[in-house]
Amino acid sequence: MASSSKDSFPTTSNQENPPDELEPGACYESILNPTDSFEEFASEMSSSLQERNILLNTKSSTIHEIQSEIGESLKENTQIKSTKSTDDLQGKEESMTASTSNSNLIDQSEDDTDNEKDDYLQSPELVNKEKHVFILSSAGKPIYSRYGNEDKLAGLCGVIQALVSVVEEQNQDILRSITTKDCKAVFLVKGPLILVAVSKSNESETQLVLQLTYAFNQIVSVLTLTQLNRIFEQRRNYDLRRLLSGAERLIDHLLIFMEKDPAFLLGAVRCLPLPEKARENITSAIQSTCSKIRDLVFAIMLAGNQLITLVRMKKYTLHPSDIHLLFNLVRSSESFKTAESWTPICLPKFDSTGFLHGHVSYISEDCQACLLLLTVQRDAFFPLSQAKHTIAEKLRRSNCLVAINDALNRNEELPTTNPLKHIGIPEIRHFMYKCKSTAQLFTSDPISLDKLQDYRIRHKEGGDICEKKVEKLSDIDYVRNYRQFCAQIHCMSTPAKLIFRSNSHDTILAWITHGFELYVTFDPLMEKDQAIRAVDRLLKWIKREEQRIFIMHAPTF
Amino acid sequence: MKVIEAKIVVLGSQGVGKTSLVVRYIGKMFSKHISPTIGASFFTCNINLDNARVKLQVWDTAGQERFRSMAPMYYRNANAALLVFDITSVSSFTAIKGWVKELQSNVPEAMVLSVVGNKSDLEQYRAVTVSEATQFAASIGAHYCETSALHDQQGIDQVFLNTASALLRLSSSNTMSSLRAYDSSDGDDKIPTGCPTEEDATHTGKVELPSWSIDNIAHGDVQKNCC
Repeated sequence: MASSSKDSFPTTSNQENPPDELEPGACYESILNPTDSFEEFASEMSSSLQERNILLNTKSSTIHEIQSEIGESLKENTQIKSTKSTDDLQGKEESMTASTSNSNLIDQSEDDTDNEKDDYLQSPELVNKEKHVFILSSAGKPIYSRYGNEDKLAGLCGVIQALVSVVEEQNQDILRSITTKDCKAVFLVKGPLILVAVSKSNESETQLVLQLTYAFNQIVSVLTLTQLNRIFEQRRNYDLRRLLSGAERLIDHLLIFMEKDPAFLLGAVRCLPLPEKARENITSAIQSTCSKIRDLVFAIMLAGNQLITLVRMKKYTLHPSDIHLLFNLVRSSESFKTAESWTPICLPKFDSTGFLHGHVSYISEDCQACLLLLTVQRDAFFPLSQAKHTIAEKLRRSNCLVAINDALNRNEELPTTNPLKHIGIPEIRHFMYKCKSTAQLFTSDPISLDKLQDYRIRHKEGGDICEKKVEKLSDIDYVRNYRQFCAQIHCMSTPAKLIFRSNSHDTILAWITHGFELYVTFDPLMEKDQAIRAVDRLLKWIKREEQRIFIMHAPTF
Repeated sequence: MKVIEAKIVVLGSQGVGKTSLVVRYIGKMFSKHISPTIGASFFTCNINLDNARVKLQVWDTAGQERFRSMAPMYYRNANAALLVFDITSVSSFTAIKGWVKELQSNVPEAMVLSVVGNKSDLEQYRAVTVSEATQFAASIGAHYCETSALHDQQGIDQVFLNTASALLRLSSSNTMSSLRAYDSSDGDDKIPTGCPTEEDATHTGKVELPSWSIDNIAHGDVQKNCC
C-alpha cells in the first residue's frame, strides 16, 4: 500500500549527484516562468471573496510597458488608444446590429419548451459522462457546455447560479465544491463568469480547479480580460456566446488536451527532442533574422504540442500555461495550415489586458513546425512575413527541417524515440520527469501527432465512462494513474516527498526534490532498493541526454 | 507589359465560405475541415490578363463578431472587396449591406466591389433570390456572381478574373493612388534568372520566359498617377 517517507529514500542518489551539480535539465536561465502552478491554484482555492475581487482589478499591462519602452512617438500612442476604443462595447454594439448572423442562436433557445429541458438532462448526450464542464455568466446565462447543447441547459445554469450566489450573499463565503458518493462538483467564480466541473474521474479538487482556470484563461485569450469585464459591466445579461462563436472548439480541444497530456498536471512544457546542434541553428536563424525587428516580443517555434525554441525580448519570460494555450490554438486551428495568418492573441499570464498580434504560419508544406511571431505592433505583418520566409529558407539550408521531421516522425534511430528501450531498464514501464527550474517535461512516451488525433476521434464519439478491461496501458492510462500521486505530492497541508506504492498491477514511485519531480511505473514485484538503483540509472540517462530533450538556453533578441 | 499590384479584402459573416472560396481559387481544392479563420489569412496570387498582369494580395478575414473591430486594419488601403454571403441565409445577405456602408464611409478611394453569393449548390435551401442580389449589387455598382466552393471552380475563377479586369480599368482611369502600377518588359521582375516560374493563377496559359541577360531585367518604374 501507499507509504510515504520524507528522508531515507533519496540518500543514495544524493551521493551521486553532488549538490553543486545541477539536476538533469536544469540551467541557469530559463525561457519559461518556473512558477509552481499547484501552489497558485491552491491559493486560488483558499482566497477570500475580497481578495478575489481585488486581484481581478489590479492587472498591469505588460504590452503597454513594452510599447512605451520601445519609445513610440506620441502620435502612435494616440493611435493605439483610438483603436482600443473601437474594441470596446460601443463599437461592438454597432456591429451587432449590423451582423445579424447570430440571430438564429437566439431563435433556437426561444423554441424550447420547459418540458423538453427537464427531459434533456436525462438524454444520452449528457448522462454517464466522466466529466462535464459548464461555463455560465454570473447572471446565470449559459455560455459553454462540454456535452450537449448549452441552450437547453438554461435551467441547470439557473440552479448553479443560485447555489453560487446564495453562498456568496447569505454566508459571505465562496462555494468551492460539492462531493457526492461518486462525483465531485467544483466551482470557480472568476470575474463575471462561473465555471463548474462535474467529474467522476480520480482528479483532485485542485486539479479540477486548474482545468477550470485554464478554460477561463482560454476565454480571456480570445477576448482579453478587459473586454470581458467591460462587457458584463455594461450589460450584465449579455450572451457571451456571440463573441465566443468559433472559439468553443478551442475550449473543447483544451479539455481533451488537459486530460491527456501530463504537461498540464505538472505545469510544465514538453520540448521536441532535437540534436543540440539543430536546436542551436534554429535559434540562431531566428535571432539573426529578427534582431532588427524592434517590436517583436516572442518568436516561438513549436510542433505537435512540443516546443522547439523560444526567443524572447529581454526581461520577459512566458508562463507555461500561456504556452499551453498557444499549443492548443495551433493544434485546433486547421486554418493556419493554408496560409499565413495575422491573429490577435491575448496571453493571460503575460498580459491579460491586451492583445499581442501574431504572425502564425507553418514553416513549409513538408514540415509541420509552426512559427509564431508575437508583436505589440498591429501593422507589422509584412516585415514579419518577410522574416518568416528568411527563417524558413535558412532552416532548409541548414537541414533543420529534416531534423524536425525526424523527431516528429519518431525516427527509430533517435534515442528519444523509444527512451525505455534506449535506457535498457526492462522493469520500468513508464516515467515522466519535470525539471522544476526550467518548467520543462520529458516522458517516456512522447505523444505523437497521430495519437492525439486518435484520442480526439475516440473522444468525439463518447467521453462516456466505460468499464473495460485493458490489456496494455497507453500513456494516457499511466498519466491517469499518476494523478493521485501528484495530488499527494502537491497537497498543501501534508505534502509527501516520496511515495512508493506497490500492488498487483504495478509499482509506482513518485518523488519530488527541490529540483525535479519524477513519476515512475515499474513492474508489480519491484523491491525498494531495486527501484532506487533503477531511478539512479534513469536520472543519469536524463542527465546525459539533457541537451537533446530539454531547451538549455534562454536566448533573447 | 503592365503590372498592377492591388490589395483585395474578403468580407462577410461567419460560415459563409470566405476561406473555402479563397482556398478553392488559390489551392484548387475544397476541404471540409476548414476551421474558422482567426484574425485574417494572407494569400498572394497573380492573374494574367491579355495585356497586363494583376498581382493580388488577398486578405481573407474572419467572420466572427469578435473580430469585427479589427476589420479596418484589413480593408484600409484595399482596392477591391469581395462581399460574400450565403444564399441560404438572409442574415448573411443583410450583413453585406452593413459592410458596404462601412466601406463607403471609411475607404476614401474608389474600390472594386463584388457581391458573391456562395453555396449555390444548396439551391433547394435558397433564401436570397438572384434578382434581389443582382439588384442590390447593381445599386452599389458591383458585379454579382454566384459560386459554390464545393463544386464550381469556374465561377470562382470568374469572380477573381472580373475583379482583376475591373482593377485594370480603374488603374487606367488614374484615380487611385494606392494602386501600384508599373510597366515591366519581362513580366515579372521578381523572378530570378534561370528559375522556372510557379504561377498560381494563370488563366491565359502563358509560359513565362525569364530574361537571360542582366540588361533585360526590368526594375519596374512606378507610375505616378496621382497628384
